[in-house]
Amino acid sequence: MTFLRPLLIALGVLCTWQAIVWLAATPPYILPGPHLVAIAWFENAGIILENAVVTLAEIVLGLMIGALCGAVSALTMAYFRPARTWLLPVLVVSQAIPVFTLAPILVLWLGYGMVSKVAMAVLIIYFPVTATFYDGLKRTDPEWLDLAATMDASGWATLVQIRVPSALPALASGLKVAAAAAPIGAVVGEWVGSSAGLGYLMLHANGRMQIDLTFAALFTLAVMAVAVYFGIDRLSRRLVPWQAESEPSA
Amino acid sequence: MTAKNVGFNGLMPCGWTISFRLTMLRAAARPRCPMSEFWVPLIELCPMARSAVNTQHRMAPPTVRLTDARLEYDGRLLFENLSFTLEAGKLTCLLGPSGVGKTSLLRLMAGLTHPGESGHVACDDGAPTAGRIAYMAQSDLLLPWLSVRDNVLLGARLRGEPRDRDIAGRLLQEFGLADYADLRPAALSGGMRQRAALARTLAEDRPLVLMDEPFSSLDAITRARLQDLAILALSDRTVLLVTHDPLEALRIADRIEVMAGRPARLGETLVPPGTPPRDPGSPELAALYARLMARLTHAAAATEVSQTGGNDGP
Repeated sequence: MTFLRPLLIALGVLCTWQAIVWLAATPPYILPGPHLVAIAWFENAGIILENAVVTLAEIVLGLMIGALCGAVSALTMAYFRPARTWLLPVLVVSQAIPVFTLAPILVLWLGYGMVSKVAMAVLIIYFPVTATFYDGLKRTDPEWLDLAATMDASGWATLVQIRVPSALPALASGLKVAAAAAPIGAVVGEWVGSSAGLGYLMLHANGRMQIDLTFAALFTLAVMAVAVYFGIDRLSRRLVPWQAESEPSA
Repeated sequence: MTAKNVGFNGLMPCGWTISFRLTMLRAAARPRCPMSEFWVPLIELCPMARSAVNTQHRMAPPTVRLTDARLEYDGRLLFENLSFTLEAGKLTCLLGPSGVGKTSLLRLMAGLTHPGESGHVACDDGAPTAGRIAYMAQSDLLLPWLSVRDNVLLGARLRGEPRDRDIAGRLLQEFGLADYADLRPAALSGGMRQRAALARTLAEDRPLVLMDEPFSSLDAITRARLQDLAILALSDRTVLLVTHDPLEALRIADRIEVMAGRPARLGETLVPPGTPPRDPGSPELAALYARLMARLTHAAAATEVSQTGGNDGP
């Protein structure tokens, strides 16, 4: 059933889509049927995959850099009290600026290449990772900290041996949110100005009324996003195996 | 259910060994005992006993005095000018109605203070308590990401000291957890987890042990077994055990203190006859139990009255 369910859902979506196309009799340049999109995908497989690799690289690089920056910020705030009082307000206020509005500026500053898209993804990922990890670090069971205190543990040992491991499940959920947001950052960056990537391809296809190609690129992007999400999910399960075990008591 | 059964079966065969070895220990711990000359060579043969006897020579259990203890919580004064003494090498049980401040008293002893809590802790040997305390709470506090063995050695890990796997192995063997040493705590039943927590407390090898309702979440039989283990293993240490169970106190305590009222006071110390573990069904303990219950009932009433009084006030 676990394998069958996603297939059934996909089949349901495809049937609904086809039914809408039949019932509303939409012209292919407004809403192409699933079979037209499939044909477009195979006809343009080379271009799509070429651009998908670029977008995937932006997503993965953005995730890695964003997660690293977020984790370091959270650790700094958890360990150094002054860092907390200075960084936390900045962090919260920075979230008031819609990151998408920064996209044109980033493209202006960092160019049409991959760097501006990675920066965009990093900006989107940074906050959820920092916020969830910092929250996890703050919420360490106080009884564990008491136990560590009676064992004469230093602040550093407590952070490394108790607070960080106990916050890893929170970091993992932050990373999952980040994995879902990273493709958005990359594609928005590509829309604003780029010379490659799935966002670039979609924009071009859209301009030339090749809606079937737009859908094919969109489909590829969705598959990639889902793959990245589940990849992170699998990885966090492997790296934080006590996550499920500790959930009921948490 | 299955895990529990396995746990018990795992404990059964070594139960005899524990009591035997530790009985030898207790005999050795009494210098006046004429048999000690006979026991000492035997103890030299037994590694665990040897380490425990050495410990006894290295770190004599101190008498610990808490004075001027004060606790204010939510604007209410729970106790003030409270003094409390833990006698050297004795297991003192602290009883009292819930909310009277027993846990806070224990935390003050452990040097774990929150805002609103204060007190002065001193040992009769003049040395500070820091570095001489082992603490055990109601929940086992096992870290879910470490194996049972690494949990037992947590203190050394946190202090960056070399971890003595032999000590952990020996304790886990004694506590019937040898087969579980490499598993994570999630694989253990409640009783086994609390045994692992006790093993971690003993691995600290400290002369002063503070325990906050360590057995209250366990079923009756598991609790009795753990109490027996604890009594034997803690016999030459200064121990404070906070509990809400008068039967537990009568079974295992050398001295019983009852805390009551608001602001809370300690009553007259009760010293049950005989050596623990005692049979709570024996007639003399039954009389003592009735006395203790009467005091606790009175204490609960006194605390409630002052609580209502406190609530009516500003």
